[in-house]
Amino acid sequence: MAERSQPSANYRNWPVLTALTIVSLPLLLMYVYLFLDTVTVKQPDALLPSGLTLNHWRFLWQTTAGKANIWQVTVNTLLFSTCTTSLVLIVSSMAGYVLSRLNVPARGFFLAGVMVLHAFPSVTLIIAIFIVLQMIGLYNSLIGVILVKAAIDLPLGIWLMKGFYDTVPWEIEMAGVVDGASRFRVWRSLVLPQVKPGIMALGLFSFLAGWGEFILPQVLAPGNQVQVLSVYLAGFLADDNNYDFNMFKAVGLFYLIPVLIAYALFNKYLMNIYGGGSKG
Amino acid sequence: MRILLDNFSKSFGSTKVIENMKLEVGSGEMLALLGPSGCGKSTTLFAVCGIHRPTGGRILFGDRDVTDLPSQMRNVGVVFQSYALYPHMTVAENIGFPLKVKGVNAADIRKEVERISGLVQIGNLMERRPAQLSGGQQQRVALARALIRKPDVLLLDEPLANLDAKLRLEMRSEIRRIQRETGITAILVTHDQVEAMSMCDRIAIMKEGEIVQIATPADMYSDPRTAFVAGFLGNPPITFLRGVMKDGTFAMPESEIRVPVSIQAAEGTKLTLGVRPEHFNPAGDIAVSGKVTFAETQGRENLYDVRLAGGSLLRSIQPVRNDITVGDEVRWAIDSKGVFVFDEEGRRL
Repeated sequence: MAERSQPSANYRNWPVLTALTIVSLPLLLMYVYLFLDTVTVKQPDALLPSGLTLNHWRFLWQTTAGKANIWQVTVNTLLFSTCTTSLVLIVSSMAGYVLSRLNVPARGFFLAGVMVLHAFPSVTLIIAIFIVLQMIGLYNSLIGVILVKAAIDLPLGIWLMKGFYDTVPWEIEMAGVVDGASRFRVWRSLVLPQVKPGIMALGLFSFLAGWGEFILPQVLAPGNQVQVLSVYLAGFLADDNNYDFNMFKAVGLFYLIPVLIAYALFNKYLMNIYGGGSKG
Repeated sequence: MRILLDNFSKSFGSTKVIENMKLEVGSGEMLALLGPSGCGKSTTLFAVCGIHRPTGGRILFGDRDVTDLPSQMRNVGVVFQSYALYPHMTVAENIGFPLKVKGVNAADIRKEVERISGLVQIGNLMERRPAQLSGGQQQRVALARALIRKPDVLLLDEPLANLDAKLRLEMRSEIRRIQRETGITAILVTHDQVEAMSMCDRIAIMKEGEIVQIATPADMYSDPRTAFVAGFLGNPPITFLRGVMKDGTFAMPESEIRVPVSIQAAEGTKLTLGVRPEHFNPAGDIAVSGKVTFAETQGRENLYDVRLAGGSLLRSIQPVRNDITVGDEVRWAIDSKGVFVFDEEGRRL
């Protein structure tokens, strides 16, 4: 699973490393400048900065008139991501089990149906969703956009969890049933622990997807009170009157930090998602 | 506890696996369901433990009809071929799980787990996880988990199939010892006749969903009801000669062999003669010539295949001797008192 493959002794490393360096260097440079530009003063035509400043980060302690408060926005984004993730995890872990193991009527239909839903890009549905949300009064609310995002992420989650459940041996469930456990108990205390890698991978995937989501909150929850970071960030580009590119970069960096932390801590689980659920 | 299958039938869709099976396992008895793969022995076992619902008939534990009871309510212990230990739990948690489900308090569970793990001799492994155990140890844990609830019946599904030869020998006697000590009724499913004969009080041989014969291992070996049973028991296996009834003897058309048989059959009836390897050697009474086509030494005994003039094959097992090699012409004899005569359909005559 997380094992690193041993480098083969059949070829030299340096040509590969050189090629990779040449390709990645421009990207790396851009990241370096992104960081540098947020903490330095620089003339527009200069290559090197001429002084240090924290001025570009002032959005952290002062709220520009007409814009949302950054901390409010951050909390919104966290709420949005974690709620979406929880919803996706709870529903997928149960639905995946049902589709993988239980003899439900029209199982094939559900499996195919879920797949078809997954094929729809969310943008194509957005007008319909907008109308629906407005009719039921959830437009411009976090709950509405959370429900929509979770619903759109669910097909992938369900299929993924089904794949993980498929690899759990039947005998474990038979043993559990014979030992006297109810079917729910078997799922909860015997099968669920076997798919923990899948839960972790799906959780992280879903959190990152929520954190990065832009279109849905932009259209369905644009108001200052319910704004998320991606919408807040886009606001800088849309604002023609007083644009501040360095502050834009600082917000971008701020937006990136949780993703980097999550990735550094959990990347081995994320790798799992592409392992097809095979347990290592 | 006595287990009774009364007219038990099971089909999957339109495939009938078992029809109207009758089987009684006495209290405290260990019975083997023996048969080739696909004969329905595992299906029977899963029906007894409630994982498969029977399509017809009744299943009784003692006097209690459990036919429609779900697995959870049946009080059976099962040892699966793959052991099916819970990978995320320690050995102690694995063994204690059936009691935990029942809601027994932690102190009592600990006491029971200790007692049962002493019985199967794994007291020193309690904190390990299944992945850290050898095959034999996993087997013992699975046994302990199956036994801790004091089940009405212990079901063993090919329990030795995943072990290496030496461990298999050890666990064979271990399982039998534990079964005797607990006095539990047990059903062993296996396709290995050695396991069935060495571990069980009685054997039920199955073929295509039917029980062909039920008997003690010794009776079944010396008195098989059909050619199938005779062919299934015994290692090295029995060999068969084809021939006809002629003047009160079994006669092979392409050779001079005549074996007197004490059966009533019309002249010319087609017969099959079963000769076990121990009944074909220099000491018998019906001399037969042939050519040795295969010789194998097993240390204490030698095994020979002898091809007769007509192409039929006889097998012989004898104390080690060094004077015979492949290609030699030999003239050994069949012990006419040890042979079995079957009719064309394989029924014993």
